[in-house]
Amino acid sequence: MNRLQTLFNTKKNNLLSIYFTAGYPELDSTLKVAEALEIAGVDFIEIGFPYSDPVADGPTIQHSSERALENGMTLHLLFEQLKNLRKHVSIPILLMGYVNPIVQFGVEKFCKTAAEVGVDGIIVPDLPMYEYEAMYAKYFIDNNLSNIFLVTPQTSEERIRKIDELSNSFIYLLSSSSITGGSLNVSANIEDYYRRIKTMELNNPAIIGFGISNHQTFQKACEYAAGAIVGSAFVKFQATDNYIDNIPDFIYSIKN
Amino acid sequence: MKYGVNDLGYYGDFGGAYIPEMLYPNVEQLRQEYLKIIEDPAFKAEFDELLRDYVGRPSPLYHAKRYSEKYGANIFFKREDLNHTGSHKINNAIGQILLAQRLGKKRIIAETGAGQHGVATATVCALKGIECIVYMGEVDMKRQAPNVARMKMLGAKVIPALSGSKTLKDATNEALRDWIGNPVDTHYIIGSVVGPYPYPDMVAKFQSIISLETKKQLKEHTGNELPQYVMACVGGGSNAMGMFYHFLDDESVKLVAVEAAGKGVDSGESAATTFLGREGVLHGSRTILMQTDDGQVVEPYSISAGLDYPGIGPQHAHLFKIKRAQYVSITDDEALKAGLLCSQLEGIIPAIETSHALAYLEKMHFKKDDNVVICISGRGDKDLDTYIKYFGY
Ligand SMILES: Cc1ncc(COP(=O)(O)O)c(C=O)c1O
Repeated sequence: MNRLQTLFNTKKNNLLSIYFTAGYPELDSTLKVAEALEIAGVDFIEIGFPYSDPVADGPTIQHSSERALENGMTLHLLFEQLKNLRKHVSIPILLMGYVNPIVQFGVEKFCKTAAEVGVDGIIVPDLPMYEYEAMYAKYFIDNNLSNIFLVTPQTSEERIRKIDELSNSFIYLLSSSSITGGSLNVSANIEDYYRRIKTMELNNPAIIGFGISNHQTFQKACEYAAGAIVGSAFVKFQATDNYIDNIPDFIYSIKN
Repeated sequence: MKYGVNDLGYYGDFGGAYIPEMLYPNVEQLRQEYLKIIEDPAFKAEFDELLRDYVGRPSPLYHAKRYSEKYGANIFFKREDLNHTGSHKINNAIGQILLAQRLGKKRIIAETGAGQHGVATATVCALKGIECIVYMGEVDMKRQAPNVARMKMLGAKVIPALSGSKTLKDATNEALRDWIGNPVDTHYIIGSVVGPYPYPDMVAKFQSIISLETKKQLKEHTGNELPQYVMACVGGGSNAMGMFYHFLDDESVKLVAVEAAGKGVDSGESAATTFLGREGVLHGSRTILMQTDDGQVVEPYSISAGLDYPGIGPQHAHLFKIKRAQYVSITDDEALKAGLLCSQLEGIIPAIETSHALAYLEKMHFKKDDNVVICISGRGDKDLDTYIKYFGY
């Protein structure tokens, strides 16, 4: 069992995860931010590795990715920075990024290196289910890494079942089909969608992401799912002065 | 077809549909429906009628006598520049708008580089009374200003892409982002043989009219439907794929695809994808693309907005890898000079994209009786500013 699976076995509600981009705002801020987030009481962390053409991301994460690349961030460097990750951080860690940097790094080597530094799961928004099953799954499984799939209100029930089958920690629920950085959709249709997911009684818990930006949206998401992920709102906050020192306040404001 | 796509959307090692889940329902619907729709007799009849009466097809196959004399072979121009809106892009736009109607879509988005695909899309949307949004890199909006005005006059909304190199790749990113946010009512008319499966196959099929007509016309001209050489420029590769399509299985026909070398393949300012690229994933398909060791897409450069793209369609990547087609490159300078030559020898001012294909004639070694077909993918009206600046007219 990886840390992510252990977490979901023990805590079922109000889970809070934070996304940030490795190498942003400073090249070497990755570990410092992760440490501060754990101390502030975050349940698990998504570390994004930057890509030049992030089609699923809105302006905020496009900007942080661009800056991180200008700062010199690469996958090799990120793994170097994460070498001592587990001396400093004990909560589950996910890596999130696009498929091309992984292909260039080598899929097998990527999974092996991620597991070696203590990563628990991977989110690759542009890796399709067929390619994952046919070519990637064995490396994920061999290295005890959870692959996280996205689900939108347009995803068919049949496909959600299949995703549930291929998942072993949680399913990443989007409140609407959108890029990152939008706002949480709280229309009546959406309530139906969450209810539909609930009545499916999936094996994996759901975590809601994209558009969670404050206490109100976090709380709303927690009504429907085991927890939520805050991304763009945190990345925006990182542009403020002394953001590292203020991380506990930021997390407090989301939770309370 | 030996070189066609397989059931899983791959051409050898290339293709597939590397898209975020948000795009899956739309792309999956297309995958399930596109062959049924485009093979339906009623669709075919409407497509053929519009190509004939609206676009002006068949486009002529012109025996370019002064070019033939100069290059010592029988050179034929396939005149896609004479199509309505001035390039081959309209063939695909007509096909996709008819498809979008049958899918019940109410809103059209497109990306454009040179603006030719944007104009073609804006045109078919006007024809059908459908809302049209075109994403265009900010840099391209400046260098292809007449096309921006044309799109607006046709009723389209043109949105500048402000990220990255602000060219075709970035416009494509923005269009994909729009589609993610509008998953139900919108169809994305991709302008080349790129993108997730089934786009590369679908666009190739719509453009294959180019080689279908060429075979018949060449037979009338020469008594033989097969030439020795077929040549075309490659950005994403749609005019080239249309020009190659019905010759792919005729192995005696040599296929020459001309990429943009920009200021030179080794200058750091180039878009010669097969020379500078490696295998990877771009805009939804596994293909060859220009990238760093870390897998970041390298910003390409070409004077020609339509060829200023860091990848090529997956079928081209396959034809390159198995050597069915030859991929070569031409610099900005060589292309512009070829554009001038074509203007003065044949009275045809070609698009700068097309000038790349024409320029490669200088490097070919023909036999006297060789028949050569070159795709004149577009006319040069949109590029007059660039030509004028370069030659100082
Ligand atoms: C006249 C012309 N030729 C060629 C191209 C390149 O596209 P493709 O390689 O898809 O034919 C363009 C693209 O804008 C164009 O306008």
